[in-house]
Amino acid sequence: MRRVVVTGLGMVSPLGGDVETTWKNILASKSGAATIARFDASEYKCRIACEVKPADHEYGYDPGLDVDHKIQRQVDPFIVYGISAASQALRDAGLDNMSEEERLRAGCSIGSGIGGLPGIESESLVLANKGPGRVSPHFVHGRLINLISGQVSIKYGLMGPNHAVVTACSTGAHSIGDAARMIAMDDADVMLAGGAESAICPIGIAGFAQARALSTAFNDQPEKASRPYDVNRDGFVMGEGAGVVVLEEYEHARKRGAHIYAEVIGYGLSGDAYHVTAPHPEGNGGYRSMEMALRKSGLSLADIDYVNAHGTSTPLGDELELGAVKRLFGDNISTMSMSSTKSAIGHLLGGAGAVESIFCILALRDQIVPPTLNLDEPSESCAGVDLVPHVAKERKVRAVLNNSFGFGGTNASLIMKAI
Amino acid sequence: MSETADRVKKIVVEHLGVEAEKVTEDASFIDDLGADSLDIVELVMAFEEEFGVEIPDDAAEKIATVKDAIDYIDSKQ
Repeated sequence: MRRVVVTGLGMVSPLGGDVETTWKNILASKSGAATIARFDASEYKCRIACEVKPADHEYGYDPGLDVDHKIQRQVDPFIVYGISAASQALRDAGLDNMSEEERLRAGCSIGSGIGGLPGIESESLVLANKGPGRVSPHFVHGRLINLISGQVSIKYGLMGPNHAVVTACSTGAHSIGDAARMIAMDDADVMLAGGAESAICPIGIAGFAQARALSTAFNDQPEKASRPYDVNRDGFVMGEGAGVVVLEEYEHARKRGAHIYAEVIGYGLSGDAYHVTAPHPEGNGGYRSMEMALRKSGLSLADIDYVNAHGTSTPLGDELELGAVKRLFGDNISTMSMSSTKSAIGHLLGGAGAVESIFCILALRDQIVPPTLNLDEPSESCAGVDLVPHVAKERKVRAVLNNSFGFGGTNASLIMKAI
Repeated sequence: MSETADRVKKIVVEHLGVEAEKVTEDASFIDDLGADSLDIVELVMAFEEEFGVEIPDDAAEKIATVKDAIDYIDSKQ
């Protein structure tokens, strides 16, 4: 099987418009949460989110750097974030100017969990208030999930596989895993892979709040709301943004002297076959997904030093994932660290698995693991597990595991290691 | 320059993201300003909103340049 390595990273997050700014803020224990600025949420059960900040903010995002004005107007923000992250990743890999021959073997697998919800909401209001003749001609292709991959392929002339995963909050991890397999199976030499989301709009916040998924007890202290594993956690905080990595066949990367961040060595996926929103009561789906990734990686549990958990800060989900991780790791639990960066940037839904995989890669690069913020009073089951409370921790990091679980009972796990 | 021309040009600049100097009356939306057929549908909608006129599809198909748009709108006001 052909080996697959990571040679480029790109990101838009609530803590930065690029990878390094976000990582610096994550390691400094900053939170991207605040009162929702985009619309008046004062009458909503949940009034907070981790929004991507405007360009003039200390760690804001400037869409104009990589996305032309016309496209910004025509498409939903998740697509704009995705194009930015993909552009950054290609430049980082030194592949933003490939020959036609190379571009025939380069593709995209950038998905989203929900897609263009803000635009669906606003154009529905146009339809209701002004009639069908006022609906934007860009409505459909400005909201479709595969249009990040579409737009990026057009911008950079990438003629290889053009794909988009839609598996709710597992999207980003599945995208990377599936794309890695496309390279391993010789469908392509280079793949841009990741996920993006922007669903912080009235119907998005209302919908997730009605599903009892969002935190509602910390509206007056937004930075305290995302608190995975803490006894007072009460739901997730919605985030937004995008993460994209450049995956490349190992020999292809080596021949051109590319900087190699990590190798993707294990990918596991499973279905809970249990409930649309609640995880399996014994965490069996997550367990099987991690177990499959481990088996594929050829590593032993003792080799895995860091787990970036799904850890959304929901009462049920955190507990079940922790139980599954403890069951899998057994005695090896005492030597690994596990944290949830959702405590800092919220839950990026379809972007989560990609952004968090990038944090895993940076943990490998910098030999430091990011913290779980607000873990003031760990729940009882946390005993014996290093959940990296409050502050980042320097330690040996040889291999990393990222978990992402989604509505519908869909699970993905990725294992990467330094090369 | 007429008031209609000013308002038309402003809409074109905003919607197509082009520099104002390029939006001359002779400029073709597709050949000179980088628009595609869907951009023209959107521009026509924006003209209808701005000027309170209705531009039927057969008339919209004949609007190829900035001047075509200005003339059509002036003829309906």
